[in-house]
Amino acid sequence: MYQYTDFDRDFLAERNAQFRAQVERRIDGSLTEDEFKPLRLMNGVYLQLHAYMLRVAIPYGTLNSAQMRHLALLAEKWDKGYGHFTTRQNIQYNWPQLRDIPDMLDALAEVGLHAIQTSGNTIRNVTADHFAGAVGDEIADPRPVAELIRQWSTDHPEFQFLGRKFKIAVTGAEHDRAVTRAHDIGLRMVRRNGQPGYEVIVGGGLGRTPMIGKVIREFLSQEDLLPYLESVLAVYNQLGRRDNKYKARIKITVHENGIEKIRELVEAEFPARRARFSGIDQVLLAKFEAAFANPDFRTASTDVYDVAHGSDPVFRAWADTNLFAHKAPGYAIVSISLKAHGKTPGDATAEQMRVMADLAEQYGHDELRISHEQNVILPHVHKSDLPALHATLKKHGLATANIGLISDIIACPGMDYCALATARSIPIAQEIATRFDELKLEHDVGPLKIKISGCINACGHHHVGHIGILGLDRAGVENYQITLGGDGTEDTTIGERAGPGFSADEIVPAIERLVLGYLDLRESREETFLDAYRRLGAAPFKAALYPEARADAA
Amino acid sequence: MARPFTPKVVTANALLEGDVIYQTADDRWSRTLSEAEVLRDEALAKQRLDFAAQQAGEVVGAYLAEVKIGANGPEPTHFREEFRLTGPSNYFHGKQAETAS
Repeated sequence: MYQYTDFDRDFLAERNAQFRAQVERRIDGSLTEDEFKPLRLMNGVYLQLHAYMLRVAIPYGTLNSAQMRHLALLAEKWDKGYGHFTTRQNIQYNWPQLRDIPDMLDALAEVGLHAIQTSGNTIRNVTADHFAGAVGDEIADPRPVAELIRQWSTDHPEFQFLGRKFKIAVTGAEHDRAVTRAHDIGLRMVRRNGQPGYEVIVGGGLGRTPMIGKVIREFLSQEDLLPYLESVLAVYNQLGRRDNKYKARIKITVHENGIEKIRELVEAEFPARRARFSGIDQVLLAKFEAAFANPDFRTASTDVYDVAHGSDPVFRAWADTNLFAHKAPGYAIVSISLKAHGKTPGDATAEQMRVMADLAEQYGHDELRISHEQNVILPHVHKSDLPALHATLKKHGLATANIGLISDIIACPGMDYCALATARSIPIAQEIATRFDELKLEHDVGPLKIKISGCINACGHHHVGHIGILGLDRAGVENYQITLGGDGTEDTTIGERAGPGFSADEIVPAIERLVLGYLDLRESREETFLDAYRRLGAAPFKAALYPEARADAA
Repeated sequence: MARPFTPKVVTANALLEGDVIYQTADDRWSRTLSEAEVLRDEALAKQRLDFAAQQAGEVVGAYLAEVKIGANGPEPTHFREEFRLTGPSNYFHGKQAETAS
């Protein structure tokens, strides 16, 4: 993993001291809220419905055990004993007090973490494939380049006051787990004539106007990446709309001007930008590549695993659902579900964070990942350690066997916390998970992604859920709209709205009708919900959702 | 014709704690909605909101929230204000916990 240099430590200490002084000046009245707000946002501090919220960046979702223990410390010392992992691989604390936040930031700096640019109209935390460095279908680990982008974008003077926020995701794998096509810029590592480079996708995004990103460059060589990114940002900074917040993202700039014009402008900008890069970025990249080199994988027998798998049905159910194939023989990628039935998606208590840190240290080469699906990953665990690891997870409510299933729901904080929300998300997620647990159906239903957003901004990625749920305020009542057929992988698809929304009381029975309808419609157990939807189209699914409409038509 | 003015209270978040507060008739900020000053006149409501906005050292984001009058005084009319008055639904945190203790 990347280790902070003296430069990084000094930079962060200075930045934290600046913010401490800004907080003091706000409290003593020297700064108005209008003056303070952009400063606090740049440092990850929101004022939400019931309290302040601190959003801490977890760059490309990677943590070591010391960092995870510090996240637990913050939860206990300055919050209410838990934290919420988000769809941008960050963690949010829901209850800090303004005076304490500078101390929280100093504590984070002790382990090389910060909250810089987790909000505001800047380049946000760079996200990456949460299985980076552990999967076989990977050209290269995307984290070295994500770290390069993090360092380049942090406090980049030209891009501190963009028209709107700007999100970049990187994947090195064929299978896209980083939703690159729904980002302002998505980077896919590719090879051409043996040389590594990137396919550059621009103008994707969810929110009010969902758009799938378009390829602006099919192949960009590694050393051209930063000047090219600068060129895209510079074009957007000039051309992007500032007259209307809802038309300010680059997806609208691309949509209104056309990808050809944007490409032309970027290419025109590029030579001068390229000339300013001396090559130091490539020296740094080589260092980061060394820092992210795989640990020494050990060779050992997997007998213990095989025996447990054969004899313990609880372990088997968990292993069959929560493990993913690792590139090294005898190893597995472990997903720890933060989606226990009936609990808040993405929440972990301080105790659970410490348990996961201990397990990473003991069995996982000291590495943890946070996925955009709000789970925790131990990317490198030898199979012989899995029975012991599973036993510990079980003791701490962390052994739910539901990764990729109907109860593994992405949900934004919604109106339980968020000041922008128009309806609640969390209770809907809790009720759906609880209901399908009662029905004992989720393993039979198989892979199914439900994603819930509590407002049109789509932090819960509902547009790319196989089943998406969007919570709205309809005449003073919470109302939930369903979209169908969305997909966030390399085949990115925006879901289609199914029809009229449902009240909070009606939404869980509606989802149940929909899923039971799918079970009747599928050709075999192997045909997933999404496959069946693609084969049959929306009509039979809508008929399951709106039985009264079908009765009327008959 | 202009719609009749419905009763309002001035509400905001506290600068230091960030929690939900309501303006009282004697110019305090209360954590309890029932103590809030109910404003039945539009001009007065605007005047009280302006007064709140001047207290930048104490409050953030003051606005007028609609209320109806119940047994214990003002009550929210919209679910968002109901949640602000209670706290989140997934944990017993926020106002609901403070009132209980």
